[in-house]
Amino acid sequence: MPAPREKFDNIIEIKNVSKVFDGITVVDNVNLAVRRGEFVTLLGPSGCGKTTLLRMIAGFEMPTSGSIFLEKQDVTTMPPHLRPINTVFQKYALFPHLNVFKNIAFGLKLKRIPTGEYDKKGKPIYRKFTKDEIAEKVERVLKLVNLEAYGHRDITGLSGGQQQRIAIARAIVCEPKVLLLDEPLGALDLKMRKEMQLELAAMHKNIGITFIFVTHDQEEALTMSDKIVVMTDGAVQQYGTPKNIYDEPANAFVADFIGESNILSGVMKRDYLVEFCGAEFKCLDHGFGKDERVDLVVRPEDIKLDGKKGTLKGEVVSSVFKGTYYEMEILAAGYEFTVQNTVEFGVGSSVYLSVEPDGIHIMKKLKVVNEFDGVVTSENTVGFCGGEFEFINDKGFEKGDAVRVKIPFDKVELTDDEEDGIIGANVTQTFYKGTYYQVQVYTDNDVDFFIDTVDEWDINDRVGIKIRPEDIEITAAVESSDEHDGLQATEAEGGND
Amino acid sequence: MKKQVKTALIWSFVIVMLFIMYVPILILIIYSFTDAKALGVWNGFSFELYKNLFTDSEIMGALGNSLILAAVSATLATVLGTAAAVGIYYMKRRKKSASEFVANITMENAEIVTGVAFMMFFLAVNIHYGWAALIIAHTIITVPYVILSVTPKLSQINPNLYEAGLDLGASPVGSMLKVVVPQLIPGMLSGFIMAFTLSLDDFIVSKFINGGVETIPIYLYNALAKRGADPTLRALSSVLFVAVLSVLIALNVVSAKRRKKAVV
Repeated sequence: MPAPREKFDNIIEIKNVSKVFDGITVVDNVNLAVRRGEFVTLLGPSGCGKTTLLRMIAGFEMPTSGSIFLEKQDVTTMPPHLRPINTVFQKYALFPHLNVFKNIAFGLKLKRIPTGEYDKKGKPIYRKFTKDEIAEKVERVLKLVNLEAYGHRDITGLSGGQQQRIAIARAIVCEPKVLLLDEPLGALDLKMRKEMQLELAAMHKNIGITFIFVTHDQEEALTMSDKIVVMTDGAVQQYGTPKNIYDEPANAFVADFIGESNILSGVMKRDYLVEFCGAEFKCLDHGFGKDERVDLVVRPEDIKLDGKKGTLKGEVVSSVFKGTYYEMEILAAGYEFTVQNTVEFGVGSSVYLSVEPDGIHIMKKLKVVNEFDGVVTSENTVGFCGGEFEFINDKGFEKGDAVRVKIPFDKVELTDDEEDGIIGANVTQTFYKGTYYQVQVYTDNDVDFFIDTVDEWDINDRVGIKIRPEDIEITAAVESSDEHDGLQATEAEGGND
Repeated sequence: MKKQVKTALIWSFVIVMLFIMYVPILILIIYSFTDAKALGVWNGFSFELYKNLFTDSEIMGALGNSLILAAVSATLATVLGTAAAVGIYYMKRRKKSASEFVANITMENAEIVTGVAFMMFFLAVNIHYGWAALIIAHTIITVPYVILSVTPKLSQINPNLYEAGLDLGASPVGSMLKVVVPQLIPGMLSGFIMAFTLSLDDFIVSKFINGGVETIPIYLYNALAKRGADPTLRALSSVLFVAVLSVLIALNVVSAKRRKKAVV
């Protein structure tokens, strides 16, 4: 007896799933539960692992570790043709040798349905759909995508939008438990895309199938989804409703990726009071340590402008009319704020900025110090991250000692020329934090380095890393340092929720 | 002025080249319609040579052998070559270039070496010279040409197509046959025709391993060696030339139509 269907049970559960391609971790320990009937969007920049995650749900890729459950059943190793899941591919992948009708009927012809009868051994007997049943189903789904009279047409003669609809029709006619959509609107022009967004959302409501949608377009994700999964570097950064993700981004990456935002670095003076740009602001956040360094985000529409009074004084640098509001860049306390306001303040004019407490969202800083395990290699050098760095040995470490190395973010120096640094790395992310950039680089031996710098670096730049001897802090390695690392990581993640 | 001279030179070169290439064949065809013993003597128009050709049981037997051999080996080569092309296409980089290199060896190798190799191989594994040996050898010689004509079609296929087949419930083999192979049919067809004509044409390899089986090239060679230039051979050569030419023209027309359809 099948269990009675709960309205909000999890149809898909992804547990500790990782995927490694040629030594590169593309999906990194992802946990996710998708409820029946929801429209869930996997959102992230290209290369963040969202498509790989989708392909693992479809069965085209196998996780390196972890499991995927469909309706409580482990489907991790089940081949794709046996999964009750269908996919709408990025470039449609319609069969060019078949006409519209035959494309849509392809899945139906292969489907076997129980007749309701049982053979001698008590196994259910299956049958194929009859020709009439197939024709009826195809007609119905063509109607659903507004292409009723197109059954006999050739695929090659159709426009992009029409091909897209056929691809969707071909997938949903099989009545999958979950429909996967891999950037299906990416190849359409803007107007068509907007139309299809609304149509897809309406279709989702009508047919009640669970949708998992992949996109890098944050606006698309915000308009269409019930829930959004924000991903970067193969890991889930935040999972929540569009409103939740927009209003309460978990960290600087999410804030930066979703919508326009001013991301600043500040200090919590006490509960409900934060200091940034040299001024104190009331906020709604509490539970941080006294004088704890935090990241905070202020949305452009949450900054109030006034000609006479306010918390921060600034100067308008630029102003652009955006249809219903003006978007202005305002320089105040060394930070260039992006502000949206219905009243324009002319370029060069002085203006006061203020922010209501609910306009400030405080986020825990992930880390402020780079920490690595290293080994002392001589009287005054220590090896870590594949390089040997000079340090001041005032604690009497000896060659071969295992040590813990700490370097604050703002003490790491990046060099244009890789040769000038001790080790080489690639820039993977940069965030503007008001007065400085936080740059994340990925070294050749697979370690992330964070650097706070006033210089702007481009993503994928090849750089060298240099650290002054006096800025390297060395402590004796803690026993079982692996466990220590694990603990730290969970703490950092916990702080984000 | 200078430009005109240049184009005139280019055109005269092309015409001379085509003349040198095709005049001998043309002469052969013209003189196949007269029954004179020696080439170059015109005895008046007649179908005598053609009548001889189609009533000569030896020639007809050789023609039948050639056609059967070409059809069987080209069919086998098309199946094997298509499977190989698909396999090679989805290999990783290093394996792929190694396999491509190995697949091309029989095409680049001197035919006389291939022929001797087959002769010794069949002797070693105790396969008698004759039909089996001919079919195996012709299949192996022509497989690379099928791979060559199928591979470009593979790279034109949307990479998700095979997965779309799986996604809609087709098994891996089912998706390959129902989704991928139909996209490869034009390439397979031109590969088949290439394999067919190469097999019809092959003399060197066949000569080593034919046993008692006489194909058209071997018959021609034997006839020339035994009896000198039999005038019937003029008619035979003309028929072969026209047959191959019409197949090639048909192939071009079909692919041009296909291209036109794809553009519209």
